[in-house]
Amino acid sequence: MIVVLVEVTPAGEVVKTSREAMTFARDLAAAGGGVPVDAVVVGRPDDALVGALASCGARRVHALTGPAYDSFSGAAWAAGLMEVRERAGAVVLTAAGTSRGNEVLAHVAARAGLPMAANVVSFSSLSPFTVTRQVVGGAALEEMSLAQRPAIFSLAGHAVEASPAPTAGAGELVVETPDVADADLVARVVSTEEPEPDLSGTLKSARVVVGAGRGAGSADGFDDLLELAELLDASLGVSRVVTSLGWRPHHEQVGQTGSRISPDLYIPCGISGAIQHWAGCSSAKTILAINTDPDAPMVTKATHAVIGDLHEIIPAVNAEIRRRRG
Amino acid sequence: MTSPLVCVKRVVDATSEVVLTEDGQGVDGRFAGFTTSAHEECAVELAVRIAADGGAATVMTLGDDDAVEQLRAALAVGCAAATHVVADPQAFGPADVAREIAAVVRDHEAAGTPHELVLLGNDAADTGDFQVGIRLAYELGWPVVNGVSSVTVADGDVTAVGAGPDGHETYRLPLPAVVTVLEGGVEPRYPSVPGRMKAKKAPIEERRPTADPVGTSRVRLVLPPPSPSTVQVLGEGPASAPAVVDLFEQLGVLAR
Repeated sequence: MIVVLVEVTPAGEVVKTSREAMTFARDLAAAGGGVPVDAVVVGRPDDALVGALASCGARRVHALTGPAYDSFSGAAWAAGLMEVRERAGAVVLTAAGTSRGNEVLAHVAARAGLPMAANVVSFSSLSPFTVTRQVVGGAALEEMSLAQRPAIFSLAGHAVEASPAPTAGAGELVVETPDVADADLVARVVSTEEPEPDLSGTLKSARVVVGAGRGAGSADGFDDLLELAELLDASLGVSRVVTSLGWRPHHEQVGQTGSRISPDLYIPCGISGAIQHWAGCSSAKTILAINTDPDAPMVTKATHAVIGDLHEIIPAVNAEIRRRRG
Repeated sequence: MTSPLVCVKRVVDATSEVVLTEDGQGVDGRFAGFTTSAHEECAVELAVRIAADGGAATVMTLGDDDAVEQLRAALAVGCAAATHVVADPQAFGPADVAREIAAVVRDHEAAGTPHELVLLGNDAADTGDFQVGIRLAYELGWPVVNGVSSVTVADGDVTAVGAGPDGHETYRLPLPAVVTVLEGGVEPRYPSVPGRMKAKKAPIEERRPTADPVGTSRVRLVLPPPSPSTVQVLGEGPASAPAVVDLFEQLGVLAR
């Protein structure tokens, strides 16, 4: 059996990367002869959430409840996950490779004295169980053997496309109240502040992102780009050099150490496309690169490109949009 | 007075092309530049700020001889002492590294220079294992806060703030503790000229690993297959504006 730790939004919806993890788990279960897939959520789910997880293929939905789960603690979540795993005899424990997913799985791995593979993109063999995962910020892949049971791994974001199960799972709700030691609650969240509007949340969910790199030239070089963003109802995303130079705030950074975005359209302007930046934007459906260098990695990897100086091209594009809108 | 230990790792600078060794067991260092990861540069900065209350920050690494460069970089920006576990880092898995850091913490405590706080990067820029800090916490029996960008110490408590899925999350707990850092909360300082001079001459505690490594579960490294470029060039310069806006219309992103 495979156990998937599922993350849920405050609105009670399954997070997209967790749906991807359920999809990956189903593929793995099918390859393993149809073993069941169970989901674990924190807090008591409503019927809609249980139904959503059933349609992702969950046989059971284990809900971790009790005062220990009122606020986040990596150790407490791990304790609950391990209790579910032990009772159910799971051979695989997985989650999305989010900050929560990696953290909780690392706790489980440390407690169980087992290896953990972070940011897996595929599996190549069941015996011995061998996974491939992203390393060096995606510049290389590591084949890693996970011979011990349970195999513990997180799934890299966008490694698979989330899809509903061909046959829904039974979705039986099992409410759990694990015993959590006081020591597991020492490091827990004591308060959560609403994110300020227009911080990276909107960037991550934006349908269109206008990107800017070193080619912007200076902190004053963003006016045309911001105007384009406004015209397209888009967010501004920047490369690491832009935040390092202090031209724009860190929450606008796209890349391995910034936000990972998956908009319908990404328009990187004056961004050469280092692997760290690519790691954050490669799941954009369409990429229109604007760059003076036709051989820049961002241009060669893009779906569309315009060659030239963004400071000449963007004003012309903005003018053209305004002209067409009358 | 707080005397944190901050852990750094010499990693390949992946902004340049990555070349693998012939046996696929590692990155070929002959063709690579090396650096300290951004998360760890911020962890060093936080350690130096925390130690400004009268304590002293110690930097440590597990690495080959060349990793001294990363220790000296941290000494140059304000770390007061450095410990070098001399070993081939590729032979050490996350559990091995955690055990070695724990040994340094225990030995320093026995020597009368204890660390109440250990800071690490959230994940190494090369192996990306996301677990050394957490394994270290279990080795020491200390609590661990993961993936925060701001860390302060007052009255024996550490307060750490990071970006959670639903907003800024604050943790507050008594020391000792392990904290893993994500870049973005502080701006690492540049080394001053006197700082660099001092770092050059600073003594570095050299030690050997306490045990043979269990190692990693690595089978081999591979490079992602090169994807052939299918880019469609819409034009050059401002004259391409109509073609760009045509594309916006096709994609339906122009509608208001």
